[in-house]
Amino acid sequence: MKRVAIVGMPNTGKSTFFNRLTGSNARVANWPGITVDIQVAKIPLDGGTAEIVDLPGIYSLHGSSDDEMVVCRFLEREPVNLCVVLLHAAQLDRQLTLALQLKALKLPMLVLLNMADEAETLGVRIDIAKLSAALGSPVRLISAKYGEGFDVARQSIESLVDEHPVAARAAIPSHSAGTACLGCSACTTDALSNGNGRVDALDRELDRIFRSAVNAPESLPEHLTARLDRVLLHPWFGLPLFFTTVFLLFELVYRIGLPMQDWMAWALDRLKLDLLAPALAPAPALLRSFLLEGVYDGLGTVLSFLPIIVIFFVVMAVVEDSGYLARAAFLMDALMAKLGLDGRAFVIQLMGYGCNVPAILGTRVMRSRAMRLLTMLIVPFSLCSARLQVFVFLVGAIFTAWAAPIVLFSLYVASFAVAILTALIWQKRYTSREPMLLELPPYRLPTPAHLLRQAWHVSEHFMRRASGFIVGGVVAIWVLTHFPTGVPAAGPETLAGRLALLLSPIFKPIGIGPLLSITLLFGFVAKEIVIGALAVIYGSGQAHLAGVLAKNLDWAQAYSFMLFTLIYTPCLSTVAAVRQESGSLRFTLFAIGWSLALAWFTSFLFYQGIRVLA
Amino acid sequence: MSLNQVPSGHAAVIREIHAGEHLLQRMVALGLRRGRKVFVIRRANYHGPLHVRVGMTELMIRRTDADSVEVAVDP
Repeated sequence: MKRVAIVGMPNTGKSTFFNRLTGSNARVANWPGITVDIQVAKIPLDGGTAEIVDLPGIYSLHGSSDDEMVVCRFLEREPVNLCVVLLHAAQLDRQLTLALQLKALKLPMLVLLNMADEAETLGVRIDIAKLSAALGSPVRLISAKYGEGFDVARQSIESLVDEHPVAARAAIPSHSAGTACLGCSACTTDALSNGNGRVDALDRELDRIFRSAVNAPESLPEHLTARLDRVLLHPWFGLPLFFTTVFLLFELVYRIGLPMQDWMAWALDRLKLDLLAPALAPAPALLRSFLLEGVYDGLGTVLSFLPIIVIFFVVMAVVEDSGYLARAAFLMDALMAKLGLDGRAFVIQLMGYGCNVPAILGTRVMRSRAMRLLTMLIVPFSLCSARLQVFVFLVGAIFTAWAAPIVLFSLYVASFAVAILTALIWQKRYTSREPMLLELPPYRLPTPAHLLRQAWHVSEHFMRRASGFIVGGVVAIWVLTHFPTGVPAAGPETLAGRLALLLSPIFKPIGIGPLLSITLLFGFVAKEIVIGALAVIYGSGQAHLAGVLAKNLDWAQAYSFMLFTLIYTPCLSTVAAVRQESGSLRFTLFAIGWSLALAWFTSFLFYQGIRVLA
Repeated sequence: MSLNQVPSGHAAVIREIHAGEHLLQRMVALGLRRGRKVFVIRRANYHGPLHVRVGMTELMIRRTDADSVEVAVDP
């Protein structure tokens, strides 16, 4: 099969082009030795099928960022029939470098100058024939967003693939040291130590080509972006506007997302009670329970996240594509730099206060793996809406109306505090190698089709990858709370009860008795079921639970329990999301271990502190 | 003088960049190169980053990184 690789710098509309070219049949592919997800689609081309590979956006082939390594490794190992290079037509003064670097690899190349509309507005004129001659490959002007020039580009791809029926790997320049690479690390160090020799040679060529083929105005006309920036990046109003915007986005997601999540839960419940339960009535009780409370509830857990993930990603895509996310990084950088993070992590962290799962999936907007991992470590401390339900109930049951709001507020403070503490402690371990030099692209309006595609892509990916893990976890907890048979479910005689007894030396010092610690096991699956589990375990209906709890728990025990619930693993779905996005089981286990340790120590300090004081 | 010392609203020409390998590569890729004219648009408060334009590209650069860019004031 023929293979076409798409290469380009970030913010050049590469994925828009890819989507337009391939329709919506893209899937994520893995290549040996490449850890980043790469989108691939098969399209009919030139009488056969061609595989289109959307490589991550990179600034340079000689760079050392995670994405740059991935692209180098791919071109080095995987043969391609054609390399399509996407460049921003208005930014050829720097983007031509990438085309020149690729030219050196001697792969068949097609150069597409995207955002032709933006270039024209800015008064940039390009001599296509001259540029094509200088680069030694065809050059086409397109606008991937509006589709202008797209048909011509597609025909060019077709005829070029036809001209190069044999796929080739990148021709790797050889070095004196004998190492063969695309200039990943060895050759650049080499070049830099030679007094910028190689970089300068390329730069001179770039300047020569740019001067002869491109006519760009010396100064830009006063454009909309500059006017918007004057307000949105204002030294005093910028931050308040930013907080307002994030707050409104947050409201938007959860005003729409949470009710939808409730409807979904309601619908799943009805299906279970009205249809599945009667249908399974003849089955043995244990099998019925396994299918309904194990497998079905597990699948339900996965599905209940669908609406909120879709809405979150539509909103996130608007923020990202509009160019505002980069502005958030600019505004928050002074603060976030101290935590080893940037402003984008801040937006994600705040979104996590609604639901951790989409926030974890949202970390992919950051391209540095270290920063992504650090963000994944702190997002689960955001007090999400599911935990809020538990706290509102417990606070109402245990504390006076006067103290309740203060207690709730203190939990939000604790949530922020442990997130900051975690970032401060681990930022050395997860230091980003990526320089904090970020492009502030012009403000752009994303197209609705692109937003929906983006949202669908992420949700479908999550459903497919995480469902096995989540269902497995739910079934495991079901086994713990239903065996041995013949005793009340989740009672002290079940495996879960015995486990709780076994762990009681650990939970006793933080004021959590064996009965209560069984709930923590349920809470590991989802915080939404904690209150229900409490009612089952204490053998009371939901209606009387508050009274029973007030009788059995003093305020210090209750608060310690809430601290623990806040800080330890938010839910199985978040764990699944972390595993999916980090691609590492070790990191996932570390994240769980760290939050458990932190939860225990925080509760311990609090509970023993109160015992000493009282 | 360094890029960090250029007042907002003014331009300067890059003379030399004294940065490590990773940072230098990224700077070059984003257009910060010897001989290029940089325009400082604004600075974020509380020692936040600089907002600059070089050629057709606008970017943010931290003050510590801007310190490594040696410039001459544009005549």
